[in-house]
Amino acid sequence: MTSDIALAGPDAANAEAEVLRKSPFAIRGLTVSYDQKPAVFSVDATIRPGQMTAIVGPNGAGKSTLLKAALGIVKPLSGQITSLGRPLAQEMHRIAYVPQRASVDWDFPVRVIDVVQMGLYREIGLLKRLSGGQKSKAMACLARVGMEDFAKRQIGQLSGGQQQRVFLARALAQDADLYLLDEPFAGVDAATEKAIIEVLKSLRAEGRTVVAVHHDLSTVPEYFDDVLLLNVRKIAEGPVAEVFTDAALEAAYGGRLASARITTNAATG
Amino acid sequence: MFWSALTFQLGYNATLVTLGATLLGVAAGVTGTFLYFRKRALVSDAISHATLPGVALAFIVMTMLGFDGRNLPGLLIGSAITAALGLYCVQWLSSRTRLTEDAAIGAVLSVFFGFGIVLLTVIQTMASGGQAGLESFLLGSTAGMLYSDAVLIAGGGALALALVVIFRRPMLMSAFDPEFARASGIDLNRTDLIMMGLVMGVTVIGLKIVGLILIVALLIIPPAAARFWSDRATNVVIIAGILGGIAGWSGASLSAVAPNLPTGPIIVLFAFALFAASMLLAPGRGLLMSALNHRRFQRAVHIRQGLVSLAQGQPIYEPLTLRLLQKAGLARADGVPTDDGRAQSSRVLRDEKRWEVARSDPAFEMAAARYDGLTQIEDVLTPDQITLIDTRIGAPSVVAQ
Repeated sequence: MTSDIALAGPDAANAEAEVLRKSPFAIRGLTVSYDQKPAVFSVDATIRPGQMTAIVGPNGAGKSTLLKAALGIVKPLSGQITSLGRPLAQEMHRIAYVPQRASVDWDFPVRVIDVVQMGLYREIGLLKRLSGGQKSKAMACLARVGMEDFAKRQIGQLSGGQQQRVFLARALAQDADLYLLDEPFAGVDAATEKAIIEVLKSLRAEGRTVVAVHHDLSTVPEYFDDVLLLNVRKIAEGPVAEVFTDAALEAAYGGRLASARITTNAATG
Repeated sequence: MFWSALTFQLGYNATLVTLGATLLGVAAGVTGTFLYFRKRALVSDAISHATLPGVALAFIVMTMLGFDGRNLPGLLIGSAITAALGLYCVQWLSSRTRLTEDAAIGAVLSVFFGFGIVLLTVIQTMASGGQAGLESFLLGSTAGMLYSDAVLIAGGGALALALVVIFRRPMLMSAFDPEFARASGIDLNRTDLIMMGLVMGVTVIGLKIVGLILIVALLIIPPAAARFWSDRATNVVIIAGILGGIAGWSGASLSAVAPNLPTGPIIVLFAFALFAASMLLAPGRGLLMSALNHRRFQRAVHIRQGLVSLAQGQPIYEPLTLRLLQKAGLARADGVPTDDGRAQSSRVLRDEKRWEVARSDPAFEMAAARYDGLTQIEDVLTPDQITLIDTRIGAPSVVAQ
């Protein structure tokens, strides 16, 4: 990639810099490996601002790993991650992350509202107490996912879908420009899925960028604007209408395509 | 005698020692809670056992340099150095090799402790080694503690508490959801380092009073006991501090009265008594209350199911259900409902049908979450909402009849 630019001269380099400056989330040459087996290999991706992008691919395609490596949760072997042209590591205050629900211990002694308030710690700092305004902000985020009545509940008493909405409320409290979500619809009920997608669409309407790891091919055209098809390497990226084709799915899913195609056809036809 | 020790009436020195032990208990309980939240409680066992070679080496070095080998600050600095080394070994083994943390802890703990014991034996053969009294670091002793020692311990405990207050948010966040914490800009390694540093500090200042073998108990038992009392992290931390403080205070007091008993085990036994009481008696999560609640719930379910069966004219086979209905005056011995039973059973059936509607409609999600098969829907929904539900169940039930 970089050598191409060098060969192509300063104009191409300027064009690339311009592309990076505009993208809220751009990945260049990202490789991550677990025990010398690459989970993500040399992936480039440029997320468009103000759009909803799905990261799609078969199991083990490195979808979650890509997000975690971008955020520094796992250490990549190589690659640059930028946001609006600056290294992502310096822009963490503009990013909110919603991890997979299964990644935490739900018996942990915290209440729903405590979890949402964790989204505010970045702005509060180490010692200050929560102001009244911040408390009502946390409550408003909870209301936005329809969970305000559950504020005082211990988190272990929630259903899976409710837990997912609490995680989303915590991310809302971070008031970010870029939302990265890892499988937000995995194992949630239909009502929650609807509630989450409404919130994500409202974030987009406010001009924020949403990127979600997604496993349900049938809902990709309905929910998302753009798609990043991944199977360790990048298969395709771009607007759903152009990129989410049988050929690209065949390339990403290989022999598993048959079932994938049935589900997409069922959704579109 | 014990009472005067508890109320700080045994003279200046004993009072100071008791105060030091109390502060140590509070600091250990509070720091240990974060370790417990992070599910790394056993690391503290490796840290504490790794202090022994440090204590012994510090004694040897100080003696060889012509100082008093029993100087407490010197011994504690030595213990901190090998404890840090032991901690580093555990971290390195579990992150850089395929060994899991428990295996790394087992290996480090035994090797460091074994090395420390060998060094103690070497010290015994040294000229000035006989009266070293380093064995008291194994099980702790308040006998012969100096004023300056007590001040050191109390000051260290207070410092540890202050650091916990400062770093409570990052420590809590990285314990609950490390991925989110990392994405929020919290440096996980640094937070873990602070937490482990605090644990090490508490271990080192606790060596003199509790001893290295049992200090782990003072870090783990208070949070385990406190967890029975609350579902909020902040409260668990505070309660663990209080329980640890009580254990340290009463243990040191008893030890002031009976100087031949080792202080560490006494403090740990007090901590255990508090744990046992918490486990049995705590409201909500305590064993006694949950057993009672379970029994009450079971009986209520039986009565409710019995009433539903009566309302639908079905026979009741379950002897417990029948007995409970009879006792409540709702049914006769042959299972025929009394007038009261008839009235209640039709009310219960209506309640069940209303619940059915409420639970199938996402608009009532909050209410539906409170469904437990017992709570009356009137307690959860407003009369208007219930009227709305009734308009929906009215029609089909007429058709069914």
